[in-house]
Amino acid sequence: MKPPPVVYHGPDTVDEAVRLLAEHGGHAKVLAGGQSLVPMLNMRLTAPARLIDVNRLDELAYVRTDLEGVRVGALARHADVERATHAFEAVPLLRQAVQTVAHPTIRNRGTTVGSLVHADPCAEMPAVLLLLDGEVLLRSDRAGERVVKAADFFVGPMESACEEDELAIEAYFPKPRGRTGTDWRELSRRNGDYAMCGVGTSVRVDDTGAVTCAKAAYIGMGPVPSVVDVTGADFSGADFCAAAEHAADQLDPEDDIHASAEYRRHLARVLTARSLKAAYEAVAP
Amino acid sequence: MTEQLHQITVTVNGVARRGEVPARRLLADFLRMDLGLTGTHLGCEHGVCGACTLLLDGVPVRSCLIFAVSADGHAVTTVEGCCEAGGELGPVQQAFQDCHGLQCGFCTPGFITTITAYLEENPKPTEEEAREAIGGNLCRCTGYQNIVKAVLRAADLKRERESADE
Repeated sequence: MKPPPVVYHGPDTVDEAVRLLAEHGGHAKVLAGGQSLVPMLNMRLTAPARLIDVNRLDELAYVRTDLEGVRVGALARHADVERATHAFEAVPLLRQAVQTVAHPTIRNRGTTVGSLVHADPCAEMPAVLLLLDGEVLLRSDRAGERVVKAADFFVGPMESACEEDELAIEAYFPKPRGRTGTDWRELSRRNGDYAMCGVGTSVRVDDTGAVTCAKAAYIGMGPVPSVVDVTGADFSGADFCAAAEHAADQLDPEDDIHASAEYRRHLARVLTARSLKAAYEAVAP
Repeated sequence: MTEQLHQITVTVNGVARRGEVPARRLLADFLRMDLGLTGTHLGCEHGVCGACTLLLDGVPVRSCLIFAVSADGHAVTTVEGCCEAGGELGPVQQAFQDCHGLQCGFCTPGFITTITAYLEENPKPTEEEAREAIGGNLCRCTGYQNIVKAVLRAADLKRERESADE
């Protein structure tokens, strides 16, 4: 199908975009990569009165890495995040996960920050932000700038803390502390499809190889991405199955057309064990 | 409601093309309806099938997921632009013919554009890499064996032509 009629705005500056949102926020949608929004428009699942196209805001097309972590501007495409070697070196999980976002052609256009704001419970990057304790910087005419922590950002399925009059400016992915390994893996029916279950893990070890912090993040397992702390689990077995079992027990997936709840929980157990092992082995002495 | 029209200029296959479009005109429909370039095919219209893939500033994107007005000031290469300067078949087009990489041809423009850009990035792909490169494009009749062969053949043809030019 074709999208419904809509009034178009193509601001050239962030200030102008924020002013337009202040004026039309409740009836407008921000268009960045459009890889989720435009299908919804084409299928007429949504019909905003106005579109505020931020694709001319070149000032937000950046992926910056410093000692603290990686800052991804609102117009950075998934492909920019994937290709940025400095970002991979600081926060390997970014590339590990972004490579599983849809297909390369979609990643060429879709933006990482847009994916966060869209808050699809099956999307990878929200879980990455959550696992790393990241933040999103928002700006509005009303409230100025505010920073929302990942734990407070994903409110419900397709619902983030970004208010109608706010523009997401940047996402911040902190560099994991100490000797930390990360891993991302997922299973989907076809390569590039939404995952039935996706798992990201981070494992911190001390100099003797003992696990001092271990977490697993999940997508496709509930209405919002979730993180389970498995630091206290039994890591004595080489296969990490006890920790994976512990994590999967905390999840409450539902049946849907793609997979049963029981199959999803099975996937979570298997993928978590493999993922924890890979993350551990990346940094173990 | 009378829809507001926007003046846009898009460089299509090297030629600046002007148009006047409503905001909701998809880039694919601008090419097909306004410019008469019907090489770009629309399949699913929600980004899954890959038939409408074209190159926006040299990068493969879905033209069903971009509004024409967003492409204002940018350069587009469609399957019509994937030929040689003299109009002969380009290496990817020739490879599809050589390897029988198409039957009905509906998905072909999306494959040609995707592979054309991919070979710039990776001029000598393995068979596995070739499969990965076309993972975002669906074909419902030929199947993928001959398309994978066409990717590898196109890489050879492109190298041959480039070395012949030197």
